[in-house]
Amino acid sequence: MPPAVSLLKRTALYSRHRSLGARLVDFHGWELPLQYEGILKEHEAVRTRAGIFDVSHMGQFEISGPGALGFLQKTNTNDVAKLSPGQALYSHLPNEKGGVVDDVIVSCLAPGRYFMVVNAATREKDLAWLSAKAAGLDARLNDRSDFYSMIALQGPAAAEIAEGDYPQAAALPRFGALETEVLGAPSLITRTGYTGEDGFEFIAPHDVAEKLWDRFLSRGAAPCGLGARDTLRLEAGLLLYGQDIDDEHTSVEAGYGWVVKPGKGDFLGRAVLERQLREGVSRRLRGVKLLEGGVPRPGCEVFLGDRAIGTFTSATYSPSLRAGLGTAYLVPPDLPAGTRVSVAVHGRRIPAEIAPTPFYRRQGAKNAKA
Amino acid sequence: MPKPESCRFAQTHEWIAPENGAAAVGLSDHAQKEITDVVFVDAPKPGRKVKRGESCGVVESVKAAFDLYAPVSGEVVAANEALATDPGLINKDPHGEGWIFKIKPDSAAEMDALMDYPHYLEHLKSAAAHDAH
Repeated sequence: MPPAVSLLKRTALYSRHRSLGARLVDFHGWELPLQYEGILKEHEAVRTRAGIFDVSHMGQFEISGPGALGFLQKTNTNDVAKLSPGQALYSHLPNEKGGVVDDVIVSCLAPGRYFMVVNAATREKDLAWLSAKAAGLDARLNDRSDFYSMIALQGPAAAEIAEGDYPQAAALPRFGALETEVLGAPSLITRTGYTGEDGFEFIAPHDVAEKLWDRFLSRGAAPCGLGARDTLRLEAGLLLYGQDIDDEHTSVEAGYGWVVKPGKGDFLGRAVLERQLREGVSRRLRGVKLLEGGVPRPGCEVFLGDRAIGTFTSATYSPSLRAGLGTAYLVPPDLPAGTRVSVAVHGRRIPAEIAPTPFYRRQGAKNAKA
Repeated sequence: MPKPESCRFAQTHEWIAPENGAAAVGLSDHAQKEITDVVFVDAPKPGRKVKRGESCGVVESVKAAFDLYAPVSGEVVAANEALATDPGLINKDPHGEGWIFKIKPDSAAEMDALMDYPHYLEHLKSAAAHDAH
């Protein structure tokens, strides 16, 4: 048989993943590590010390020009105008119906110069969407995804590890953004992440990625894969685009009304979102935690008595809580936390309860919502 | 607890080892490595009668669920209760503390029809070769 031609894209760190013995999987067309030593160990490393993730598959856009701010205000739910240079925020890109085109992090680099990190699977869609919305505005949109690698350094020891080489990074406040040189190459460091822990995301050109990765490893960070990334983010109440939110579900329905700022002026979907904030929603993404053994998966149904009230969008075993848990759009949307429900797993009905999200909050964490 | 050399193996990676008129059942070392960290085990309850090849339980990792099949027909006489608090025993000691249930086989013939350890290793090799193509 002729050798199969691999159509999967590889990051600049591919050979590192191979030599570390990673189990590689196809993630939206990218060949990425699912795990190295094991999901439980990697999860624990990030919760107790530090881990590094190759997130080079994510997309990066530069947005600049005199109309850049106006363009971003129109295409984001959150208030980009309140960013000073050196600050970043989490935001949703809404469509006209209030549905979510993508969830993104926007950094302000300088007046009229912004940087947006988008999901890998939605990069092309976002580019087309944003390009169309930029028409007539004096803003340039530049897809830089093929130029940058991205490494997330996450965990309570992340700052200590970053401090050795990048003391200015370690001095960043949460959601701070710093344009600087990384191993001599112009890069962006943000104090952001997707784990619920303190941490940084290093966005640097491909040719320094291996060296940066090795440096973090040598300072004690554990290599971590997509498996741990998913358990960490779900415990922390962070959304996965395409599973928890999409073009058909709004930010308010997802329980992320705090990223919607109707007071900032007009933006796409504002009328729908403002009404939902004011009047409430008929379905809402809620946390559900199993009270007995069992591992729920996306697609498992949640029951109130005998009535099906929703389906898990994300669900897994939570290593930190040692229990199965997940999130589901529930109707009714406002059942109080503690309400007894059940979840169908492999034909069994497992007792569960409505649980507040995030399921996990790091020690001493302040409310990061802004 | 039984060494692999004294076990019989099903194609679905369960091992079975005779023990005082009954037989202990677990998952092979190969299977536990494939599954990775086991976080939950739903083993068949004592008293349940199972047929050879019947799905009789589930072993779950963080990412996926794996069906457990009865390697022979018979009656389940015990389940490993230690797995309720430490399902990771299946990873740490697949042929020992990680046994899953005990069964009283209906006949010895079914057991003899299963693979011995050298044949199971051959089976893994040919399956790996098959996957590579």
